[in-house]
Amino acid sequence: MSKVIVYCEHTGGTVRRASLEAIGAATSAGAEVVAILWGEGAAGAAASAAGAAKAICLTGDAAFSADAVATAVTEVIQSEGAKGFLAAATYRGKDLCPRVAAHLDVSPFADCIEFIGAGESFQVKRPWLAGKALATLGTTGGVLCATTRLNVFEPVDGPGPSECAEHAVSAPAKATVTSTEAKADAKLDVNEASVVVSGGRGLQEAANFKLVEDLAAAFGNAAVGASRAVVDLDWRPHGEQVGQTGKTVAPQLYVAVGISGAIQHLAGMRTSGVIVAINKDAEAPIFKVADYGIVGDAFEIVPALTEAVKAVKAQS
Amino acid sequence: MNIVACVKRVPSTEAVAKPTADGKGLDASEFQYMISFYDKIAVEQAVQTKEAAGSGEVTVLTLGPAAGTKEIRECLAKGGDKAVVLTDDDWQSRDARSTAKALVAQLSTMSADVVFMGRVATDRDNAAVGPMVATYLGWPCVTDVIGLEIADGKGCAKVETDAGIETVEFQLPAVITCQKGLNEPRTAGLKGIMAAKKKPLEELSPEAVENQSDVVEVALPAARKEGRIVGEGADAVPALIDALQNEAQVL
Repeated sequence: MSKVIVYCEHTGGTVRRASLEAIGAATSAGAEVVAILWGEGAAGAAASAAGAAKAICLTGDAAFSADAVATAVTEVIQSEGAKGFLAAATYRGKDLCPRVAAHLDVSPFADCIEFIGAGESFQVKRPWLAGKALATLGTTGGVLCATTRLNVFEPVDGPGPSECAEHAVSAPAKATVTSTEAKADAKLDVNEASVVVSGGRGLQEAANFKLVEDLAAAFGNAAVGASRAVVDLDWRPHGEQVGQTGKTVAPQLYVAVGISGAIQHLAGMRTSGVIVAINKDAEAPIFKVADYGIVGDAFEIVPALTEAVKAVKAQS
Repeated sequence: MNIVACVKRVPSTEAVAKPTADGKGLDASEFQYMISFYDKIAVEQAVQTKEAAGSGEVTVLTLGPAAGTKEIRECLAKGGDKAVVLTDDDWQSRDARSTAKALVAQLSTMSADVVFMGRVATDRDNAAVGPMVATYLGWPCVTDVIGLEIADGKGCAKVETDAGIETVEFQLPAVITCQKGLNEPRTAGLKGIMAAKKKPLEELSPEAVENQSDVVEVALPAARKEGRIVGEGADAVPALIDALQNEAQVL
């Protein structure tokens, strides 16, 4: 069976779920997975790379350099004779994958949602125009380099590798991360959360996003999202923007509050598992993609919904 | 400073996707085009970098159709000094590698100090060409930049990652891909628009690079199953909770 290298990000001593999903994508396509990890704590986190047959920890400078790490990953791909390189479509994965692809002189594929075996190679399915269309693409390059869309693939339910080999990052760093200012709180990223509660201009002013934040907190595993309109008004940071010039998300549950549903926004969230829309305009386009809608005043509905979700969570 | 801003002409974000009859592409007959959202930020950053340096030249570089010079003139109206168009009427069919290699071939003749690009082109959404170009050139690259200082042949960039804000230091020449928040792109004034008409725009043939990926099929995402309005106002909340728990089983 062909071998696939999966770049695994880790935090707090375990591999991130997004990376576990990438391992799942590779194993479900029949590949043998070698997990590759960088940074402090890599050796300890490697054991949590469920589904990987083997792990390789990159050692070297304490500071991260995407170019030096990409070179080291390429060396591992070549020495392992791997046929594929996958990473989760996170910031780091999307940054590394094209660099590795260029070293291997192949064309990379971002945000893949399906891998289809086609003889010796694979076809990949991925969004175009932020998901307004889905393209199935044949790949003829030697090594398939791709990132996997978050919340699409299932992690492997099984053990991780029992040991971690080492590979030194030896290329001189061209660009180096000199400091990282961690997020103020451990907020989930919109494209990683299993529940996203997004707000739009219907909330009338920035302070009213408290309603959305409270509802997200009630769900517990939720991130706050925003429409482009409110990001452009500086009510919310761009990192929360869902849509064609923001992030594309596919959570199990997406709740849109006071968002009318412009085509650019719909493109970014229409593959969510279940969509709930709350809007005062019964004709708003958001209701065309919603599974469940409530028409009415968000200022009355959202607090009631928050209390009801809290009550459900308290029981479970 | 010799500054390059790479831009791509893409369908406007209002565009509606409709697969072609053969299912191998998108029907472009009703597309309106624009410079990709993030590439406008790249052009602005190029112009601001020149202004901060007090001298230099901004070249707008694109790989695109002969019909796309209108959008390129807009970039010149906003402060670009000249443009190079690698003419390819089939530009959207190129894969990331073939686009990157054509740009690399051109950039190799330009001795740029810094190359700005958008973080992603809003058509194929690959976010690959910037880091690929840098890797082929052997240059540093910082992606999704929201803050940047360049001085004395060095740069310091701020990047918003999943973990927080990273500070990245690098030497020039470098490729920088631009994220929303880095700057506010200016609008072109009448004077700029008039001046742009006289600025040099060179049309060249891009290096031929074969694609490594072919389109098997382009389809619309599966239609979502018909939803329903569960009710009006706060009174509808119990019905919604019931649906989320028992029907959708997501709560």
